[in-house]
Amino acid sequence: MQLQKQASRLDKLMASRLWKSIFRSGRGASTLHRSMAIQQNVFLHILPTKVRRRMLNFDATWYLGTLTLGTFLLLVITGILLMFYYHPSVPQAYADMKDLRYVVSSGLFLRNLHRWSAHAMVLLAFAHMFRVFYRGAYRPPREFNWVVGVILLLVTLLLSYTGYLLPWDQLAFWAITVGSNISSAVPVVGHKIHFLLLGGNLVNANALLRFYVLHTVILPLAAVLFIAVHFWRIRKDGGLYVQQSEPARETAEEARADENTQQVVVKQ
Amino acid sequence: MEQDRKQKPGELQQEISRRAFFTKLGIGSLGLATAGTLSFAYQYMSPNVLYEPSPIVNAGNVEEYTTDSVTLHPALAIYIVRLQEGIFSLSAICTHLGCMTAWKPELNLIACPCHGSRFTDEGVKVAGPAPRPLPWFRTWLSDDRDVMVDRSTVIPPLEFLRV
Repeated sequence: MQLQKQASRLDKLMASRLWKSIFRSGRGASTLHRSMAIQQNVFLHILPTKVRRRMLNFDATWYLGTLTLGTFLLLVITGILLMFYYHPSVPQAYADMKDLRYVVSSGLFLRNLHRWSAHAMVLLAFAHMFRVFYRGAYRPPREFNWVVGVILLLVTLLLSYTGYLLPWDQLAFWAITVGSNISSAVPVVGHKIHFLLLGGNLVNANALLRFYVLHTVILPLAAVLFIAVHFWRIRKDGGLYVQQSEPARETAEEARADENTQQVVVKQ
Repeated sequence: MEQDRKQKPGELQQEISRRAFFTKLGIGSLGLATAGTLSFAYQYMSPNVLYEPSPIVNAGNVEEYTTDSVTLHPALAIYIVRLQEGIFSLSAICTHLGCMTAWKPELNLIACPCHGSRFTDEGVKVAGPAPRPLPWFRTWLSDDRDVMVDRSTVIPPLEFLRV
């Protein structure tokens, strides 16, 4: 009875003009209405409107991509909270890091959550990549999504690298000194890249600020952008790859021809 | 359901269905988690240590202040006033919207440049939009006879420190 009351209240809300102005797909349990609810929502429209049941099995993906996204969301939330106490300046950064550890309520918890989530995200991104590779899920028509995935892996590693400098301790300083010197090895323009990356010749206040901006603004925005493309391409490439759900194709041409003729291409 | 309950008056309350139980459990858990998150966020966002200037300040030796003088310390945002009755300290922050006031010897008044509030050297408002007089701060002499002021403790007016 309680449930019925709640349901009728929900019905009333969903029939209201406000609700209809926000969600325009209309109500109903038909396949059309249910797919419209996904298709006409800005957040959901990058996802497929129809998903095969076997795509949702744990065995199909081990949920590695979703778990990577989960760690990313955790990192965004904890990262924003850490930004409330962190000044990217010398030597205040180190003092703020110590304050987060010893003074701020739950600061230690949030900092450790950020750090362990970062490790987990790198691990899960690699695990996801290996899963896609060994199952052959990168093959046409999904070859471009593999490229987007490689970009996302690079963004993930750069996020890890730029975040490593922010505690401003000895480990951070020398790691970035060594790491940034690798960029000097680029032929001809190497030293210029090194100079621009650090905003000087040494790892100092400019470098800390540049790494902070990269870590908190530029790289997360790049990650969000490419994650959106990555998810959207799943839909565009025919949904999640499920092993043996379709024959292997060697080239994009084959895949397209395959879809046009509905024939199975058998390689010798 | 209510009819059932009426039909069996001696029995315990009507058994709750499995679906209703798990719905209640789910909503309850969500509520608990929301309350926990809010409390967590509040505690995290309230700093436990502040790097602000101390409210207790040293305004220099008492002999530096002559009788019937009003001295503004702009960095400390206080006046040290010495009258016949004794010495005291007054907030230099206007009670209207927080501007820094100034002593005008030609008017014999404290004046706020922002909206024209005027106060006497004892902090009493004589003109302008300020809603309250300037507050008096707790004042005492150190062992070295320095004037010490606690800017976080307001005392009733006309409590002079005799020197």
